[in-house]
Formats: sequence, structure tokens, C-alpha cells
Amino acid sequence: MTMKQTIMTGLFTAASLAIAAAPAFAAGQYGPGVSDTEIKIGNTMPYSGPASGYGAIGKSQASYFAMINDQGGINGRKINFISRDDGYSPPKTVEQVRKLVEEDQVLLLFQTLGTPPNLAIRGYLNDNKVPQLFVGSGADQWNDPKHYPWTMGWQPSYGAEARIYARYILKNLPDAKIAVLYQNDDFGKDYLNGLRAELGDKAGKMIGATQSYETTDPTVDSQVVALQASGANVLLTAAIPKFTTLAIRKVYDIGWRPTNFLNSVSTSVASVMKPAGTEKGVGIISAAYNKDPTDPQWQDTPEYKEWLAWMKKYNPSGNVADAFNVYGYVTAQTMIAVLKASGDNLTRENVMKQATGLHDLKLPMLLPGITISTSADDYAPIKQMQLQKFDGNTWKLFGEVISGN
Amino acid sequence: MEKRIAVAAPDQLAADRYGGLTVDAWRWIGTLALIAVAAALPFTLSKYHVFELTMVMIYAIAVLGLNILTGYNGQISLGHGGFFAAGAYTAAILMHRYGVPYWATVPPAGLICFVLGVLFGLPALRFEGPYLALVTLAMALATPQLLKYFDTWTGGQQGINLVKPVPAFGLDRDRWLYLLILVVLLAAIRIAANILHGRTGRALVAIRDHPIAAAAMGIDTARYKTLAFGTSTMFTGVAGALSAIVIGYVSPESYSLFLSVSFLVGSAIGGIATIGGAIVGGFFIQFVPNLANDVSDAAPWAIYGLVMLLFMYAMPHGVVGSLGPWLARLMQRIRPHRAATGQSDEEWEGRAS
Repeated sequence: MTMKQTIMTGLFTAASLAIAAAPAFAAGQYGPGVSDTEIKIGNTMPYSGPASGYGAIGKSQASYFAMINDQGGINGRKINFISRDDGYSPPKTVEQVRKLVEEDQVLLLFQTLGTPPNLAIRGYLNDNKVPQLFVGSGADQWNDPKHYPWTMGWQPSYGAEARIYARYILKNLPDAKIAVLYQNDDFGKDYLNGLRAELGDKAGKMIGATQSYETTDPTVDSQVVALQASGANVLLTAAIPKFTTLAIRKVYDIGWRPTNFLNSVSTSVASVMKPAGTEKGVGIISAAYNKDPTDPQWQDTPEYKEWLAWMKKYNPSGNVADAFNVYGYVTAQTMIAVLKASGDNLTRENVMKQATGLHDLKLPMLLPGITISTSADDYAPIKQMQLQKFDGNTWKLFGEVISGN
Repeated sequence: MEKRIAVAAPDQLAADRYGGLTVDAWRWIGTLALIAVAAALPFTLSKYHVFELTMVMIYAIAVLGLNILTGYNGQISLGHGGFFAAGAYTAAILMHRYGVPYWATVPPAGLICFVLGVLFGLPALRFEGPYLALVTLAMALATPQLLKYFDTWTGGQQGINLVKPVPAFGLDRDRWLYLLILVVLLAAIRIAANILHGRTGRALVAIRDHPIAAAAMGIDTARYKTLAFGTSTMFTGVAGALSAIVIGYVSPESYSLFLSVSFLVGSAIGGIATIGGAIVGGFFIQFVPNLANDVSDAAPWAIYGLVMLLFMYAMPHGVVGSLGPWLARLMQRIRPHRAATGQSDEEWEGRAS
């Protein structure tokens, strides 16, 4: 950034702060969007377009804030959650986020969804010192406080997940010969890079073969056959649901029986395991950090019942089998925890400071043992996951919580 | 370039005086006043609204390109989002990889899109009407995936983040970009008017209305159609480059099929065979989806569709295409000492419904 730009940015920020916060600064405690009765939070979601399935997350977050408001808000301040549709189109995200920051004067951005939309707004938000909290994306790049001190991720990154599998493999399958099937983009490569990083010196020896596919490929048959031919006894599949289904089926049909690791993006029983044929997926290993709302082992616990009661009352149109409604619930609780910790000092600086000072925060729908921790140089709130194995009907957790840090 | 021809009886019209000035003089005064208002506008609005209007102008340039091709030459394109993307990525790659200053990336983007358009226009000669629409639709569908495929150049799915442009003359970035793009828009309108109101424009319209007759009159239809394609995509590519500069980020998700459809919608709403209609189209593309969202977050696209239907019902030739003739008749009616010779209002309304 040139000097001139820095000055312009500084002037811009100063001007916008002056306009927005002039009356509030009198109290000395409030940033933009905060008053004695209200905290404005901005968000963008793909409510329309090809990624609109994620819209359930925004709806459940709004429903959670509605419950908090019914209970009196946070220190008497109601949450005004302004969630706008960006259709997963980055130019639209830029437009909506500028509107949220400049016109609506929100205190912060929360859980803006998707990797490209968040990349498009990251520079703008950091230039203007607006918190971009708990980004809704598993990409590896939200934990970069040096360059982007106002941007923080939330969920375990794809790379962290791959490191968790690598740790398990190093400990339990020391003779593994690993084959990797990955999507040929940043999503797939994050897994491959995470795996390589954790295996370290052994990566060259242990990773026997890698094959990539394009999302335009009709099948992954030839890739699977090539991976089997490499003589691998472990397979890591880093693929979106459609290709995961194809891979599970092909691996089984050619009589290959490797220890099969599946990325957590593609573990839905309804949309991946059943279409592949549940008998073909028995024994596959994956990882999780939230409680699966369809897993019978949680359904008698008070935590699940509390979640269900909230769903019934505040999000009645939401699907109780949809993991996105757990995701929205837990992310909203993380946000509330930060706002509570900020007390009456609701400036952007202090909110960011509180967000970087979370210590072993336990939330009811996180798996037992998984907690949220951050620090000034650790912007990855959730780093742990627990492995789970598919038994032909559901995923069964096993082993201990593993950190992918 | 030949002298432009006015719509009706130029010698008479030019001789008419209103308040002591000729029609041409009034037209100049009106145009200059409009430009002055457009240039002053950003200093009365918040930065966010300036940014919105900047996007309107960018979409207007893109739609203007489409109007040249579809409106004046009758070649339907559902793929202009692809050329918009090509312009945007040209600018982004030049800035990001080669450190070219942002303003210098616009001409090469236009040039590359001109070449791409001509290359695409050659096979397009074999396709008429709906078949050409299908071919261009295929291109719009392929664009995001092609951008992901050539990821060493395009940054793949994560796209390319661009350095924010440095404003000049002590202006802030939003107002500077607005004024810069206003200049580009005015230049684009001027160039389009020069092309379309001259011999080339008449040839393009002749090919649209009756290709066989046009060929019989000695018009080289293949050459004109190919050039129309290239010119059209050049405009749209320039708009794409400007959008990359203003947004500061390009990624495949930014250039979906819907963008191409939006351009065609904007073109039809504004008036497909007009120049001014492109600006109306720009406003429609920028504001109507947001408006629809404000009306109903449950079914914004139903509202969008409804607004589109209302526009097409009320003004089947687009806003400018329908209001233009109406204004012309109004002018004729207030012409001093001469009876109105245009169609009656009843006739016109009969056509509109």
C-alpha cells in the first residue's frame, strides 16, 4: 500500500468513524451500530442462486438472535441482525457489505458465507478496520492475523482436517501407503497440502499416488483404478458430495478395500452414503466437530433437547435433520459469547480483542471435548475434530479428540 | 464517417427555433447540462451511492455493447457475461502479474475482447437467431469452469485479489473512479453513436431487417456481422475491466450465466436498438434485484420477474425505445406554426398494448 493510499484510507476511516460514532464517543464505549438498546450485526448469505442451500445457516442464525432478544438481549441491547442476499456472487457481496458498513453502519460482519465472497471483501474490511468475524468457509487462509488482523475464521480448515487424518495414520497405520483423490482446485489442494505438511519427511515415501478430477469430469473411475494400481492401502478422498458418491461406489466395485478417509464436507448420510449404497461405505472414516442432529446418541441429552426446543419455537420451518441448523446455532452462540465478553465497551477494537481472547469456550452442540480458543496470533477458533466411522447406518464417533493445529 | 442523419426532415427541423435557438443548439445545451449534472452528482451523494452509480455506468457500457450486436444487428447473444469476464480477467492478470497500472489495463482488455469477439463472430455467421443464442449460451455456461481450469493464470476458484486503485486529483477513490468511468461511458456513447448513426449503422440495421436484400444492395454481410460482434464484445470487455478495477477482485463465481441473462434483460428493458436505453438497462441491472429483495426476501426473483413483465407490457420497445417516439411526437406537436404530422396517441397506445 502506498503512502497516499494509507492516508486516504486513514481519512476515510476517520471520517466514517467521526460521522458514525460522534454521539457514541461521548459515552466512550460504543463503535458504529451500537446504542444503549441495540447492536447492529451485518451478514451476507446466498439465499438465492446455486449455493442457496447454505441459506439455512443465515436463517438459523437470525432465529438464534431472535431468541436472545426475547430473553432481553445482551446487557439490555437487542441484536439487530441484518442479513443480505449476495447469491454467492463476489461483486454482489462487495456491494452488500459496503451497504452494511457505510449505510446501515453495522458494528461488525459475522459469518459472511463462502470462500470467494469473503476473499472479495477482506481487503475492504481490513482497510476500514471492520471486524470480519467467524468467516463461513473452511479455506486455510482466514488464520492470517499478520496480514489481515480484522478477519477471523471459525470452523476447522480443510488443511487442519487433513492434518488430523495424517496424525491418525502416523499413529495407527505406520505402514500406510496413501493414495489421494482430490478435486483440482484450492479446496482439494488444501487437503493434499495439509496431509503433506503433517507427514513431513515421510510424505514422499507414504503418499504413493495422487489423482485429481475436475468438477466437469463425468466420473472418477479412471482415477480410482489408477490409485488402486499404485498398491495403496489407504485412500483419502477430498471431493464434493457428487464425486465422493462415485468414488465410494467405484472403490467398492473393483474390489479395492483400503482404509478409506473421507473429507467431512461429504459425509451426509442422505446425499452421499445412501446414493453410493450404504453397504459400500461401511468402515469409512471421517471427522466431525459439531453434534450430528440425526445421531441417536445425542437425542436424549439436555443439550440436544434445548437445541430442538429452540428449533421448534424459533426456526419451525427449518429441517431438524439438517446439520446447517446446528452450524448456525453454534456460530451464533460464539458471536454472543464475544459480545457478552465485550461488556459495555462495544467498539470494533474491543470486540476484535475479545474475539482473539477466547479460552476453552464450550458450546452445547460441539462434540464433547472440543472447545473454542483464540489468541492474538491464533485466528482459528476450532482446531479439533473427532474421528467417526460409518457403520452402514450412521457415523459412530471413535477415539479421542485430535487437534489439527 | 458520414454526416449523421436526423429522424425526420432535417432541413425543416433544424430551421425551427424554440426560444430563439435551433433544435441542434437545444440538444447540445441539454446534453451538456446532463453531463454537468452527472459529473456533479458524486459530490452530493454518499460514497456508497457513488459506488452504486459507478456500477450502473459499468453495466450501461456492457449493455451498450450488447445493443450494438442484438439491437442493431439482430444477433442474439446470451454469452456476453463471458466477454465481460474476459475483460475483467485481462485487467486483473495485467495488474496482478505484470504490475500494469489499473487505467492502462482497460485498452488492452477492450482489444483482446475485440479479437475474441471477431473470432467468435466468424463461426457465428453460420448461426441465425435462436441457434446463435444457443451457441452463446454454451459459452456463458462454460465461462466459470474455464476460469477454474486455467488456474495458473486465473487463480482458480479463489480468483485474484487486486490492489486498490490510487485516486488522482486529491479525490477519494469512489468519486475518482466514478468520474473516470463517466468519461469512459461518454466516450463509449460517442463512439457507438458515430458507428450506428452513419453508413455502418444503416448497413447493420439492413442486415438485421432483411439480410438478403442487404446483400443484394452490395453490403458485405459477413464482414459487417463479424465487425459488429467484435465491436460489441469490445465494449462489454471494457466494462468487465472497469468492474474488476472497481470491485478489486475477480473470481469464476462473479461471472455466472445469470450475468449474461442480466445484460440481455437490461438491454430489452432499456430499449434494445437504442443507445440511451443502455443507461436505463444499467439502472435496472443494478437496482431492481435489490429492490425485489427489499419487497420480499422469500421470493425476490418472482418480484424481479413481475417488474420485468410490467416493463415489457407497458413499454414493449423498452423504456427509451418506447418513450423516444413519444417525445418526438411531443416535439412535433409543440412545433410552432405547423400541424402535428405524427401518429395520434390512440394509434400509438394501440400498438403498445
